Amino acid sequence: MSKQQANWSPYDNNGGSCVAIAGRDYCVIAADTRMSTGYSILTRDYSKISKLADKAVLASSGFQADIKALQKHLAARHLIYQHQHNKQMSCPAMAQLLSNTLYYKRFFPYYAFNVLGGLDNEGKGCVFTYDAVGSYERVGYSAQGSGSTLIMPFLDNQLKTPSPLLLPAQDAVTPLSELEAVDLVKTVFVSATERDIYTGDKVEIVILNAEGLRREFMDLRKD
Amino acid sequence: MFRNQYDTDVTTWSPAGRLFQVEYAMEAVKQGSAAIGLRSRTHVVLACVNKANNELSSHQKKIFKVDDHIGVAIAGLTADGRVLSRYMRSECVNHAFTYESPLPVGRLVVQLADKAQVCTQRSWKRPYGVGLLVAGLDESGAHLYYNCPSGNYFEYQAFAIGSRSQAAKTYLERRFENFMDSSRDDLVKDALIAIRETLQGETLKSNICTVAVVGVGEPFHILDQKTVQQLIDAFEIVGEEEPPAAEAEDTADQETAAGEGAPAEEGAAPMDI
Amino acid sequence: MSLSKMPLVDANHAPDASSCTLDSQRTLYPYVTGTSVVAFKYKDGILMAADMGGSYGSTLRYKTVERVKPIGKHSLLGASGEISDFQEILRYLDELILYDNMWDDGNSLGPKEVHNYLTRVMYNRRNKFNPLWNSLVLGGVKNGQKYLGMVSMIGVNFEDNHVATGFGNHLARPILRDEWNENMSFEDGVKLLEKCMRVLLYRDRSAVNKLQIAKITEEGATIYPPYSLKTFWGLEAYKNPTAGAEGSW
Repeated sequence: MSKQQANWSPYDNNGGSCVAIAGRDYCVIAADTRMSTGYSILTRDYSKISKLADKAVLASSGFQADIKALQKHLAARHLIYQHQHNKQMSCPAMAQLLSNTLYYKRFFPYYAFNVLGGLDNEGKGCVFTYDAVGSYERVGYSAQGSGSTLIMPFLDNQLKTPSPLLLPAQDAVTPLSELEAVDLVKTVFVSATERDIYTGDKVEIVILNAEGLRREFMDLRKD
Repeated sequence: MFRNQYDTDVTTWSPAGRLFQVEYAMEAVKQGSAAIGLRSRTHVVLACVNKANNELSSHQKKIFKVDDHIGVAIAGLTADGRVLSRYMRSECVNHAFTYESPLPVGRLVVQLADKAQVCTQRSWKRPYGVGLLVAGLDESGAHLYYNCPSGNYFEYQAFAIGSRSQAAKTYLERRFENFMDSSRDDLVKDALIAIRETLQGETLKSNICTVAVVGVGEPFHILDQKTVQQLIDAFEIVGEEEPPAAEAEDTADQETAAGEGAPAEEGAAPMDI
Repeated sequence: MSLSKMPLVDANHAPDASSCTLDSQRTLYPYVTGTSVVAFKYKDGILMAADMGGSYGSTLRYKTVERVKPIGKHSLLGASGEISDFQEILRYLDELILYDNMWDDGNSLGPKEVHNYLTRVMYNRRNKFNPLWNSLVLGGVKNGQKYLGMVSMIGVNFEDNHVATGFGNHLARPILRDEWNENMSFEDGVKLLEKCMRVLLYRDRSAVNKLQIAKITEEGATIYPPYSLKTFWGLEAYKNPTAGAEGSW
């Protein structure tokens, strides 16, 4: 028999794309629901989005087992936080916790690419974007995962965020209305699905605003 | 100071087969302000009396949420109660992490009882000085347990612990047969009345009691003070229904008298209290 | 993989040089393996099928390996991959279920709990660079709720209405996507399973024509005795494979 499983690897890339956009009084977090391994699809309906707190929603792609472990770890930490402080964690607090959690495994990392979206203490939309080992930044919008190379430049082009080099610092939230942002998210996922084989099947969109949390789904190409 | 020569450490037996240090720990439960619990088929209600130790201080928290499906009310050393509820919380979190399902109440109670038991058999340890009423919901229904410093635990339809709890117990004993089919609101009402029984004439107000509920479709939560006051007003649980209260007080007096004398007396070990 | 090519130690994936020692035994490659498992939900619960071959590389070493087992009252477990690891997992689960029963308190582990437990076991072993070399399928019914999930050897896990491991994911799932529906009867379900298993038998080299079908419903698990599928090999191309491909010899 030829080398069938010659080199075992503790990692796999299960693919998928995640996008988040922050507005003045809302935040949109989205991810597709396809889960793949190599050229095979494992399932067409797997949610990459996890609601960590009332105002913090995490979308992650990469290695599903690591992502699941990460989500469960954060959920447990949030439960303990609630017991101790009698309130929900804020999105910026969750952002720091996520960074610490990722860095804790710096030398055997979680293979997870995260975007954390939510509302800050002023009710303003916020997006935090990460690498696998925990470095993070607050931005106005971000894309992560297998389709990010296709999506990110498109968002840059459409949203024309003020340069982070400007002084004094400009607000990074996008000028779009909530509905425009949701439409933009749908567009980027349809486009990414055309060219990225790991993105498709369905996109799950979570919208956070003063009213609370809303979920939308839209079908994508299944090929 | 010492009542006899067999009570200087936990692991020493009296010739009558008793462990006095353990019994003293159980006395600590009786000193604490009262806590009661009662359950129907679908709900469990916990309630407790809040007593400030000092004019200048507020009261201590006596009801703790352990998880969405479990909560405890304590009487005795609040510090011990806090440590034990933290232990229970972590057991629930760990179970949820492994199985993604809630820990069955009865199993948590056994783990807790085993933890308390260890302290009755180690010379360098001290028994927990706290009694816990554990309320919870799992696939076999609603449950109310009482965990004792001795490491014993019991399942109850309704129970009361802490100072002057006998009055509440008497009330509950008279009514418990109806509890199984009670509505949630009736259960809360009975909880408030039982709490009032322990006050011995003092008027029941929302600032001296805490009420918590867990049940089907209702995660464990502590009712806020305003809601409790509204319930008290709605049920008009102020001072009427005098006859039962008076009757209860009589038995309460007898109980306290008996209770104080008991540990030093020879006789059967009162571990099953 | 031939035995002679097997490396003595794996230097590629040891966390660091010092811990790459001979004293710890790790599965770096499977020895005896089972091939695909196919399972899906049907009207009353879950149907599952697996053949009974145990391959030692390309040698058909064992012919009566049971790869579908009941777990507790509410679950059914199927496995492909290393047979010895699967049997080790069964020992873990036996202990788990025994301890669960010992409480005797009316609570019991359902398929969701068992699936989650297995996920933790598989993921923890991969974290120790010592995987259990299996793809596991867990199905079950509890309180009228059907459950079907999968776990891989590195801990990747998910639920779906139909699942298949290994070759099954390539060959059986497209059939299931076309023909499966949640309310199919037991008879229709068995027909569909046999269709999948027949395709696998024709196309998967390590599949053998002796399989077990199992079902689990609210009433409990049933594993049917092994049997064979009807096959047809009488095609002209099989009888005379070189016709139309004449060589100089």
